[in-house]
Amino acid sequence: MQVGVEDDDGDRWIPFSERSEWSDVQPVPQDDGPYPVVSIAYTSQFRETMDYFRAVLARDERSDRSLELTEEAIHMNAGNYTVWHFRRLVLESLGKDLWKELYFIQDVAKSNHKNYQLWHHRRWVAEKLGVAVAPEELRFTELVLASDAKNYHAWSHRQWVLKALGGWEAELSFCSMLLQEDIYNNSAWNQRFFVIKNSPLLEGLDSMRESEVEYCINAIKLAPLNESSWTYLRGLFGNDTKSLGDSQSIGQVCFEELARDRCCIPALSFLLDLVCYGFQPTVDDCKILDSSIEILSSLQLALYLCERLEVVDAIRACYWAWRRSLLPAIIK
Amino acid sequence: MAASRSSSAGKLTTTQRHQMELERKVGDMLGTFVGLGRHQRSVLLELWREEHVEFLVQKGLRRLGASYSVLDSSRPWLCYWSLHSLALLGESFNLELGDDVIEFLERCQDSGGGYGGGPGQMPHLATTYAAVCALVTLGGAKALGSINREKMLQFLTRMKDSSGGFRLHEGGEMDVRGCYTAIAVAHILGILTPTITYKVNEFVVSCQTYEGGIGGEPGAEAHGGYTFCGLAALILTNQMEGLDLPSLLKWAAKRQGKVEGGFQGRTNKLVDGCYSFWQGGIFPLIQHVIPRLVSQLPVFRNHLLHPADENDVLHMCCKVKTCLESKKTGFVHDNSINSCISGEEDEGTSEPNIQITRTRIEGKESPPIMSAETLFPLKFHGSYQNITDAQQHSTDCFSKEDEQTKHGAAQGLSTFNQDSCFVRPFFNTQALQAYVLICCQVLEGGLIDKPGKPRDFYHTCYCLSGLSTAQHPTWLQAEACPSESDVLGPSCNLLEPTHPLCNVHFERYLEARSFFNDLSL
Repeated sequence: MQVGVEDDDGDRWIPFSERSEWSDVQPVPQDDGPYPVVSIAYTSQFRETMDYFRAVLARDERSDRSLELTEEAIHMNAGNYTVWHFRRLVLESLGKDLWKELYFIQDVAKSNHKNYQLWHHRRWVAEKLGVAVAPEELRFTELVLASDAKNYHAWSHRQWVLKALGGWEAELSFCSMLLQEDIYNNSAWNQRFFVIKNSPLLEGLDSMRESEVEYCINAIKLAPLNESSWTYLRGLFGNDTKSLGDSQSIGQVCFEELARDRCCIPALSFLLDLVCYGFQPTVDDCKILDSSIEILSSLQLALYLCERLEVVDAIRACYWAWRRSLLPAIIK
Repeated sequence: MAASRSSSAGKLTTTQRHQMELERKVGDMLGTFVGLGRHQRSVLLELWREEHVEFLVQKGLRRLGASYSVLDSSRPWLCYWSLHSLALLGESFNLELGDDVIEFLERCQDSGGGYGGGPGQMPHLATTYAAVCALVTLGGAKALGSINREKMLQFLTRMKDSSGGFRLHEGGEMDVRGCYTAIAVAHILGILTPTITYKVNEFVVSCQTYEGGIGGEPGAEAHGGYTFCGLAALILTNQMEGLDLPSLLKWAAKRQGKVEGGFQGRTNKLVDGCYSFWQGGIFPLIQHVIPRLVSQLPVFRNHLLHPADENDVLHMCCKVKTCLESKKTGFVHDNSINSCISGEEDEGTSEPNIQITRTRIEGKESPPIMSAETLFPLKFHGSYQNITDAQQHSTDCFSKEDEQTKHGAAQGLSTFNQDSCFVRPFFNTQALQAYVLICCQVLEGGLIDKPGKPRDFYHTCYCLSGLSTAQHPTWLQAEACPSESDVLGPSCNLLEPTHPLCNVHFERYLEARSFFNDLSL
């Protein structure tokens, strides 16, 4: 029998078998069979905790001690969704104060912020608490994002909070702040798109387009090789490829970047898309690409851009060659 | 001002710093590789089979250390990762081990259907997928017959949500993983009923983002894992409507790192060996929906471009004529551009074409580093000619699915119409293989995320799955056997092919499909 195991806080862990309040419970060992595979050399603490968990689960015992037991089990393995599920049943049956549950989750999150179960549980709790918890949820995700600005679960949770509980007021400036810190943070760009598209406080994608295009162009000028801002710019137009193709100013952005750097891959790639959408630069604009050849039609330009990309973006040569091969096939 | 100029004023952002550190590390490894003699280079490009097998059998399948307690709810996954890796390596399983796995997974099977993360745990869709794939990988009537299909259908139906999505477990989260794992299982077991396929399209399509990739749930960032899952789920259910394939392909193609050769999971994130499969596996799927993809492309209008000072109209007409003629041959020849790829082919040299590239992220002037892009250019085979043929098909290969299913053909195969196969890969399969072989192998066995990370079974499984996919770019073609040049390194590197939709050993997949086809529900 395990005598003294110290937990993370330096306290001695007392085996359940030595705890008087658990004396009435017969632990249920795991049934791995006589010839187990992928068997894990559990510590005795882990094994015993789970043996007692199996016992309360089998009895469906929704009690305070069960709740404490789930807490210990989750601290040892936050990926055990059965434990989390049972914890929710107990919390609900006992009518527990769910505001306190937020502290528990925050504690687990310290070491497990990339865990599906934790974030699902958090969502469940927040949904029960309703609109009042929105500021706390935003704060919690900001805490996680402060150390891991691209944490997928944190961003998903944040989006759910905004949609289900609100709190949109400062979201656009939050995105701007993160982009100011790291303009390459694609998660922040994605969130920006989410806000522009969904915020009830803004007028939607179409009416925000002009100011967002401007924001985006500034971002492109700061970091022309940043794929995030170029993709965002494309995203602002959605299916409205005609407006995109007709926009002389966006076409000029590509040429300006290419004038500085003839190998600017995102600009070449974007320009190719623009041309496919009907953009018609002048013959002289095209001189920026290569002064030694004369490009006189949009097909010639598109072919030229594909060839150029096959060379400067050689890792994707197959993709660009394929794009090139399509041009005659889709021409009208 | 939208964003501070500070990011371009010398101080690197977190993203830039991490990317540059990794490019430097990978660049150094490639530099070392180039500096070696021919023999040593070939050793570095070798797949260390024995070591990987030893790691999987000795460490993976039997007894794991206490640190694996955090995977105590993923034990069917541990079975699948190891068994699938071994199957790709061409290993056969001894009867005893197979029986033990079957018996263990029976203990994870819930009486109400589906498999949990361990004995006595609730059934979960992800571990259900892992358990079924592990059993398919073992093969044989005992393994396949141990799956309770009737209960499975009940379990999958219970997890189905009215939105079209699936919850991962009772009261659990709902995301694109749920769709994929449920549908892949139902497909393999031949229980893909209308209840299961209901509105999967709506759910997945709502998760496609402005970037082109698919996120975990509506609004979430485009991500390699979810993109593979979403695309595969729609192909398996023949529900492709509304999915923007050109933007999906473009997004996926741009995830391959020019210095690293491996794939990143999201824009501006670091490459990771596991995305060799999740991202690399997207391309074989897209190859077989080309007609649909082409039908979604905007019609290209050829406009005459105007000179700023409209002078020589006659001269211009001549040029346009040249241009239209070039349409027939494919492209305008421009001698100022020397394709490094065709150059490589012409010279017929086997020596890597060593060039120096600069890091792609702006900021401080960085010293030149070696890149996978220049060391491992893809040598072309076949052609793109098929595209025009494919376009003439008014509908894509999926329209034939129903018909073929009626005739009892394996669904997974009928999903793909060989006529419309597109013979060249869309990505640099050589550079991807180089990343896996040079940067992801651990000398003691096992594969990893990126240099400096510890080995684990998940990465071993998905690095090898990605490697197999990259080695079989023309799978399912009449000439399906990869040519020698498809395989980077010695020819003994060639892995067994994996089923591109379900990621199980291809032949075992066929065996399972026919086993379950013969059963009635």
